[in-house]
Amino acid sequence: MNTAAAPSTSLLGTSAMLFEAPGETTLPTQQRIWALAREAETWPEVHEAVPGMNNLMLSFTRPPRTLDLLNARLHAAWSTIEPLALQGRVVELPVVYGGEGGPHINDVVAHTGLRIDEIVERHSAPLYPVYALGSHPGYCYLGGMDTRIATPRRKVPVLRIPGGAVSIGGTQTGVSASDGPSGWNTIGCTTMAFFDPARDPPALLQPGDSIRFRVEKVIR
Amino acid sequence: MIEILSTGALATVQDLGRAGALRWGVGTAGAMDPLALAAGNILLGNDEGAAGVEVPVFPFRVRFGADTALAITGADVDARLDEQPLLPWVAVQARAGQVLHLSLPRRGAVWPASRAYLCLAGGVDVPAVLGSRSTQLRGAFGGLDGRALRQGDTLRAGAADRQPLAGLGLVPPALAMPLQVDGLPAVRVLPAAEYTHYTEASRAAFWAEPWKITAQSDRYGYRLDGRPLEALAAIEMRSHGIVPGVIQVPPGGQPIVQMRDAQPSGGYPKLGTVIEADLWRLGQAPVGSRVRFVECDWDSALAALAETRRWLDEVHRLVGLQRLQRG
Repeated sequence: MNTAAAPSTSLLGTSAMLFEAPGETTLPTQQRIWALAREAETWPEVHEAVPGMNNLMLSFTRPPRTLDLLNARLHAAWSTIEPLALQGRVVELPVVYGGEGGPHINDVVAHTGLRIDEIVERHSAPLYPVYALGSHPGYCYLGGMDTRIATPRRKVPVLRIPGGAVSIGGTQTGVSASDGPSGWNTIGCTTMAFFDPARDPPALLQPGDSIRFRVEKVIR
Repeated sequence: MIEILSTGALATVQDLGRAGALRWGVGTAGAMDPLALAAGNILLGNDEGAAGVEVPVFPFRVRFGADTALAITGADVDARLDEQPLLPWVAVQARAGQVLHLSLPRRGAVWPASRAYLCLAGGVDVPAVLGSRSTQLRGAFGGLDGRALRQGDTLRAGAADRQPLAGLGLVPPALAMPLQVDGLPAVRVLPAAEYTHYTEASRAAFWAEPWKITAQSDRYGYRLDGRPLEALAAIEMRSHGIVPGVIQVPPGGQPIVQMRDAQPSGGYPKLGTVIEADLWRLGQAPVGSRVRFVECDWDSALAALAETRRWLDEVHRLVGLQRLQRG
């Protein structure tokens, strides 16, 4: 993570580079990342500009001969770019917390010292902005989780958690879009088709959209 | 049409990968050895990026439902058409009803490799999804119904626009562009953002010692076994975009090289990235074998990329010459 005052860039081989914004992870910084992505996508050497959490990956159409120009252009753009306040839709997801669909909720209890009801209340209170998509098709990185329910990633990843699993990893929360391995703590489940390759766009949610978790049931 | 008579796990339809869908969380997938797939396609008169079948586990058998030209590239898998042995990296004509049999890659082969590519004239005809025919296993789309091939599956070949040159063969890139250090296959690596967060001794050992490709290695990633890499301090990362080739280091210190089915984002520290030009070498390295990493800089990484491009251009030129000669 970039804790320096200035943004940094680094190489991902010859196929991409990474731009990282300085400071704490915030929505205003993310809004500048979205703006930078829009700008960078118009540059000829950039194939795709892919936001992460307060960072941006640029994949190359073909690697530039030298990196100095691109680096300079990125830093110059960042110093003047204004936040892009994307206003998307709000998607409400009914969640069953705990029980079979939330097998690790007691680990969150153990780590935070909070009761299940307190965890559910704090998890379902915010409107979570989608910062970025990544990990697997349709998966959203969300901002704004209450840090009091932050719980470290699991020491040993779980080999398969189902699509719809609502989980906490460090200070982040998210919903799995399909079955797969995960190192996060699953606290509940919901049902929603986040991705359909036949749809345009194929992902249900995009940066600027928001998720609200509605408490459908709490299994204690 | 071909019918899969028998297959091991994880034979999949792949092309050169799905570009442009990262923003939706969709990784690139694509052939682990893109040079082998592209070369097989050129031999058959296909576009370089036509889809073929990637076979990582043997034996593998298919029956041809119609006369079809094919090429087997990648590992030397003792290919036989009925009882007739086929040379590797050569285009041949199969007749309807014939059975193609691929066996375990030869031990002690001149070039060590683990994956074979079955290319068909016209390419494997599955629908393109988000711009590619590659199988996206996690998303369960692309390829044949988004999954690995099974016994009884059938695949169609697309229309072949040019007459394939049966009998024309190639020298594989592992022989044409060898790269070894101390007798082990080597790949070149560009340092990445967290490289300097590791102790000097760890960094030195990373370049100087062999790394074993463990059994927990697949199209998603290669887990390596060697002297654990020690970070100077615990590193907290925010999720960010990554690409195939990125060498992640989980807290235990044993690196994982992201391969073609890698997630498009991650949160582990990155020591470096195996350069695009050498990913095919790693894609062919068998489980249990050892590899070496060679540090490189931007200019030599670009030169390596240009070298692989020249190799493919030379294949085009040879095939073109043959076409002229045969009229």
